[in-house]
Amino acid sequence: MKNEAFNDRNVSSDGYFKVDIAEYPTDGWAKFTRVVRRTFRAELFVGLWVVLREMLKFDIHTIQYPLEKMPIGPRYRAVHEMKRLWESDAERCIGCGLCEKICISNCIKMDTKIDEHSRKEVSEYTINLGRCIFCGYCAEVCPELAITHGGEYENCSEQREHFIDYTGMLTPLEMMANGTQKEFEGFGAITPHEDESVKKTPLSY
Amino acid sequence: MSNITINIDGKEIQTQEGTFILNAARANDIYIPAICYLSRCSPTLACRICLVEVDGKQAYACNAKSKDGMSITTSTQNIDKERRAIMEVYDVNHPLQCGVCDQSGECELQNYTLELGVDSQSYTVKDVARPSHDWGHLHYDPGLCIVCERCVTACKDMIGDNSLTTIARGADALNAEYKAEMPKDAYAMWNKLNKSVIGLTNGTDVLDCTSCGECATVCPVGALVNTEFMYKANAWELKQIPATCGHCSAGCQISYEIKDTSIENPEDKIYRVMNEWNYVSLCGAGRYGFDYQNKDVTKEVSKFNLAIEAFKKADTIKFTSTITNEEALILQRLKEKFGYKLINNEAKSFQTFLANYATLSGTRLYSSDLKEMANSNFIVSIGAALKTDNPNARYAFNNSLTVNKGAGLYFHPVSDPIVDSMSKNIMSISHKPLQEEIALYLILDLFGDKEKLPSEIVDYLASFHSTKTITVTETIKEKVVEIVKEMKLNEETGEEEEVEVEKSKMLPKKVRKEVEVDDNRLLSLLGAAETFTESLEKFLKKKETFSLVLGADLYNHPNAKNCARLVALIEKYSAFKIVMIPTLTNTLGVSLINTLDDKAGDYSIAYNTQGDFTLSALGDGDLDMPAINQQEGTLTSINKRVNPTNVAIAYGGYNLNDIANALGLSQENTIDYTIELPTSKGFLEKSFDSLPDYYTNSGEEMRGYELKNIAKKASADEKVSKIDEALSMKNENLIYLANPVRQFSEFTNKATNLDELSGIYMSEEFLANSELNAGDSVKVKSENGEVTATIISDNKITGDISLIPSFDSKLNSEALFGFYRFARASIQKV
Repeated sequence: MKNEAFNDRNVSSDGYFKVDIAEYPTDGWAKFTRVVRRTFRAELFVGLWVVLREMLKFDIHTIQYPLEKMPIGPRYRAVHEMKRLWESDAERCIGCGLCEKICISNCIKMDTKIDEHSRKEVSEYTINLGRCIFCGYCAEVCPELAITHGGEYENCSEQREHFIDYTGMLTPLEMMANGTQKEFEGFGAITPHEDESVKKTPLSY
Repeated sequence: MSNITINIDGKEIQTQEGTFILNAARANDIYIPAICYLSRCSPTLACRICLVEVDGKQAYACNAKSKDGMSITTSTQNIDKERRAIMEVYDVNHPLQCGVCDQSGECELQNYTLELGVDSQSYTVKDVARPSHDWGHLHYDPGLCIVCERCVTACKDMIGDNSLTTIARGADALNAEYKAEMPKDAYAMWNKLNKSVIGLTNGTDVLDCTSCGECATVCPVGALVNTEFMYKANAWELKQIPATCGHCSAGCQISYEIKDTSIENPEDKIYRVMNEWNYVSLCGAGRYGFDYQNKDVTKEVSKFNLAIEAFKKADTIKFTSTITNEEALILQRLKEKFGYKLINNEAKSFQTFLANYATLSGTRLYSSDLKEMANSNFIVSIGAALKTDNPNARYAFNNSLTVNKGAGLYFHPVSDPIVDSMSKNIMSISHKPLQEEIALYLILDLFGDKEKLPSEIVDYLASFHSTKTITVTETIKEKVVEIVKEMKLNEETGEEEEVEVEKSKMLPKKVRKEVEVDDNRLLSLLGAAETFTESLEKFLKKKETFSLVLGADLYNHPNAKNCARLVALIEKYSAFKIVMIPTLTNTLGVSLINTLDDKAGDYSIAYNTQGDFTLSALGDGDLDMPAINQQEGTLTSINKRVNPTNVAIAYGGYNLNDIANALGLSQENTIDYTIELPTSKGFLEKSFDSLPDYYTNSGEEMRGYELKNIAKKASADEKVSKIDEALSMKNENLIYLANPVRQFSEFTNKATNLDELSGIYMSEEFLANSELNAGDSVKVKSENGEVTATIISDNKITGDISLIPSFDSKLNSEALFGFYRFARASIQKV
């Protein structure tokens, strides 16, 4: 294999350019003169003047967090949510355990049991947010679009271990009544035109 | 059987003539897909996916037998087409609920669908309603069932309950076009599949079997599942702990599958027990009785010090055989060092029986094992309540009857409908208690080599024979010539005319005949049926390999010594190979390792039994001990194997080794004793960590090691005492010390899933003929003692003898019995 392709480091053709940086002084005298020059040119006051000018103009672009918050994109991967079915408000999670299996930081755990209708029921579900790296695998693997990421990124806690439980993640029923549950558009969501790539199973009905 | 060479996919392999191609391939690590076939069972031919090409012709690998020079191709274009079509058919109407299915992750339908790359469906049929069934400990969902019939096969060929069968599905017929356009085998398989689902043999929806759960284990999909495991855990979350079942002497390979109890409780919990079901079958106790661990035990120094004091004070250690070989060795070392008396009556009688047997047979141990028994084709069982004493011995018996076209005799005073229904080639002889000796003499008489047997015995046996004349009605066929008038066309005239024709017919005719027959008084002593000799003659056709299985009734017989000598003679002078059922889990190990005493001293330490200071793995003693599922160590099984077992559930307290160390022995761990097990008794000098624990693909057992059967000089004195004909018990008010199905000891009693009630078990027939009713409380009084028990109706026994179980120590059933397992008792309503 020839290395020429790797030797060409001229990336300017793609719109990049090299920043014009002065040569770094090599001997003691040159270093000394640079220090003297910088000290007496009062460069510091140039910066201070900019700050003062902007302050007096009262036209500030800083976001006043936590009083103000940035809008979060629909694909942002913050604290998990558990969605409900639109039709019945029932929990979407079927307790298949795939998220628990795929989780690379091993922070998901669930307990399942048989319910009174002989169906599989998730009796408890936790995520240790202190361990979670918000990779999105759980949302991607979920066959029911049940576990998704939400926009809530404020999850500071006093301890390293920080759990959220099932009821804390489920969409509140008032939200279902209002119809304000939001579908997640990020990892694991159905992409447009997905049905075109599905082979249909013949049925005798 | 001879060694042959066959060629599979260009690979020359050595096998035995007549081995199924599938088994030959598997033994040589050649892969042929197969769903419905179970090793050790007869081929079902339901799935047809094991299709191969043998010398240019298609055949099913699971039922085609190997012949010398065969050339086999496991995959051709046509076979691949068939296999793909078969898997597509299996996926027709299969619910897409893998997410909640218990089998997901270990499902053979998932695996084969993925392996054969079934990514589209070409077939369809209208589904019928298939509601699920609750069969008690099992849950059957026909919607998930692929009707491979593995459950039916296992129940029939391995277990012998014959509880499951295929029943009509009631579905629409397949589209007629498929017959022409589909691959042939796939169509045939689908046609059969579409007509059946699994149902119960008894025609109801109530399952009544010995509840082993083997059907659910062999189920390749999630159709048959254990109710108590349903939806609790996924296969991949469970960690497997290889172990040996601690409930009976069969020493079955099991793996405890553990996981955290719940999110709140991170302690390990056993969720289920699995086994290598191709090579070993479990009983209900092994399958469901897993949570008998000694829970929440901590190290309490004060209690431990009390125990040490008690040991210093004691002169006797009483124990049961539900301990490991290593623990038994620790007890033996303590005896050697401090002179304790070791008391274990049940192991003592087995040890004595073995020793008496050894003086004549010339080997310390019996000659055979359950695997050899299953492969033999004529089996006799004497003195064992086979179904409950050792379920695996019954499985081996049944396997021989169903798969090997075997036959057998079952000598036992308590007749057993489960044993009787295993096959029509089994004959039960319900003799009276104490007549086991006569049964042994009968075997010697029927099968012994009269030319080699000591002349005294031959003469003695001959004294039971006489000739008698009986009238028999025989059906013979007679030739009868008749003249029949027929209409016939006269060719010359063209008219029909009457012609007389002579016709001969064979007509059956009954003839009464007087014949001289041999009359064997041993048979009438045992109360055998009139037809015994006739049936036995039929049974013995084409039989080459013989097994004799013996049980605890013999070891605890008043004439046990004579019985043991008779057994040795049977082995020496007939084709029979002997298997003895050790009474409890490690009775064989204990009887080899320990020197046991007859009489206890003044102050006794009791390990899992009653005494002045009790060590107990049940959690009710003065100091807690770990249960078998909390211990590392080895157990000696009926198959003369030293099987390793591992810790499934952590134990926080002290164990026997801690006590031994405090008393002056010094080994860091209990398993350090494994290497020190006595080689003079046949143990090998192997450390615990070097013991393997697996089965090879050819089914060879690689668990622990087999005991060496050390030869002993046989005594030339082959005298056996004669039958004391007066020695028998009338079948009136008899009680027998035996457990119900799925129960063995206080440990199985502790398991939550085994919910058998304790009480006195009576057959339905007996209850119907007496004034007693199920649920009544009765006082049972024998010459040894009395207890109060509740009557339980048991449809798995027949006859007049009542069963008193030993699994419940609250019942204190042992108080009723002397040395022998039968006793006479009065039963009165309270």
